[in-house]
Amino acid sequence: MTTDPGTFPKPRPLPTADTAPYWAALADERVVLQHCDACDRFVHYPRHRCPHCLSDRLSWREVSGAGTVFTFSVARQPTAVMFADEVPQVIAVVELPEGVRITSTVVDADPDTLRCGAAVVPVFDHQPGETTLLRHRLA
Amino acid sequence: MGLRGDACIVGYSEWASERPALRAPRQSLAQWADLAAEALADAGIEAGEVDGLVCTEVFESRAFVPATIAEYCGWSVNLAERVDLGGATPVGMVWRAAAAIELGICDVVVMAVPADPTPTSPVPRPFDDRMLFGASSNAWGSPQAEFDIPYGNVAQNCGFAMYAQRYHDQYGWDERARAKIVADQRVSANANPAAIFHDVPATIDDVLGSRMIADPLHLLEIVMPCSGGAAVVLCSAERAARTRHRPVHVAGFGERLTHKTPTYAPDLPHTPVAAAAHSAFSMAGVAPADVDMVQIYDCYSITALLTIEDSGFCAKGQAQAFVNDHGLSFRGDFPCNTHGGQLGFGQSGLAGGMSHVVEAVRQVQGRAGDRQLGRHDTAYVTGTGGVMSEQSALVLRGAR
Ligand SMILES: [Zn+2]
Repeated sequence: MTTDPGTFPKPRPLPTADTAPYWAALADERVVLQHCDACDRFVHYPRHRCPHCLSDRLSWREVSGAGTVFTFSVARQPTAVMFADEVPQVIAVVELPEGVRITSTVVDADPDTLRCGAAVVPVFDHQPGETTLLRHRLA
Repeated sequence: MGLRGDACIVGYSEWASERPALRAPRQSLAQWADLAAEALADAGIEAGEVDGLVCTEVFESRAFVPATIAEYCGWSVNLAERVDLGGATPVGMVWRAAAAIELGICDVVVMAVPADPTPTSPVPRPFDDRMLFGASSNAWGSPQAEFDIPYGNVAQNCGFAMYAQRYHDQYGWDERARAKIVADQRVSANANPAAIFHDVPATIDDVLGSRMIADPLHLLEIVMPCSGGAAVVLCSAERAARTRHRPVHVAGFGERLTHKTPTYAPDLPHTPVAAAAHSAFSMAGVAPADVDMVQIYDCYSITALLTIEDSGFCAKGQAQAFVNDHGLSFRGDFPCNTHGGQLGFGQSGLAGGMSHVVEAVRQVQGRAGDRQLGRHDTAYVTGTGGVMSEQSALVLRGAR
């Protein structure tokens, strides 16, 4: 592990046993969410028990991944040095119709005209040897 | 339910904000002992009377921190707490000590937050990834490491900016109101020799003209990191009667946590401040309108704006109009962060949150010098940790 912040690699997700199906689906350009079969609500991020009722009866359901921008910020200064190449980076909270919010980036937005509520669709960001990230672009 | 209001803050110590640091680097245990000794002397309490301590972290120990401090300072304690609430830590420390004193567990409690530099270790320290990720954990298995950090959602700037974006989208855009918080508090900082910006004025236009960091937040809406440190001493009302200054009763408190990362906040832009404030005010038996000052956590302009609103000083969605209608400096009709706030005083790590507690005590005790308020009996104090995620609140009341 490097100890020099200047050469720290760009952080990518390292799945756990509970989250692996989410990332595996993204690699196939599918979006899956955990669904709680006890309280009939969707869950994100994936975890070991439902945060609404603490049941462990969680199953996976495929969804479109499309939604709306709930809120966002434009990082004019990188939030950490590893993201310097993405500035200005539009970091967003995307709300899915299934009732969950996820952290994403809006890759093609004009930072000066983007507004909360904008409709967005999934972008699958594949990088060789890395976990696929779910980003978004304007619908 | 709650506190009777018997426990009192009776003394404090606070080191001036410095950037760059001028005081020599010392071990954080040494700083702890210095801050404690100064606060006890301020109260007029002997070191041997201490029977409780509340701490945060020290550079020299990853764990067993309270025991290490007790041993280092030569105390035998009945209360040994370590609080982990980010910026809400100091306020959380105060109410835990007050509760322990009311329970009769202990009589004199010291809490210190050292934030001056420590000496360079002769052996390399392990890499601390907080240097890169701040309050987000990049450890494997951390939800932040897996679902937020890879997208650049690293605490704190962008999280607070996302609160601001959504707030304005729902309740209207008035950037000058946010900037006015900074400018009004800067008037108070200019009257505080210990403030990092004691000799630098700032107008609304200066704030809005400063560099955009994370839309919609500008550079001057974000705290300046600095070095410093602070401590306070609490004791029972009986012991407080024999101290050097006006005892400041801990009349009420509240605390509420809901999330770590704003993406998962249940009700954004409503914040957990509301629940913490409601608890603190009702426990103290006072309404927001009854307090003489507010000393509220202000790591960003938006933090103070949301806190004013969700504490109940105005209706939801009305904070921008409220700020425009009131003067927030020590000369104004709504004294808010009379030491300059962290936006004017500087943020010395976790001690930044203690600056609000210390200023409240200083004002209630009538020791604020050029910026002393005329009415100074009751103070409302908050701490914010994470990204509007960890909230603590206090109502403090001077002894009659
Ligand atoms: Zn459930």
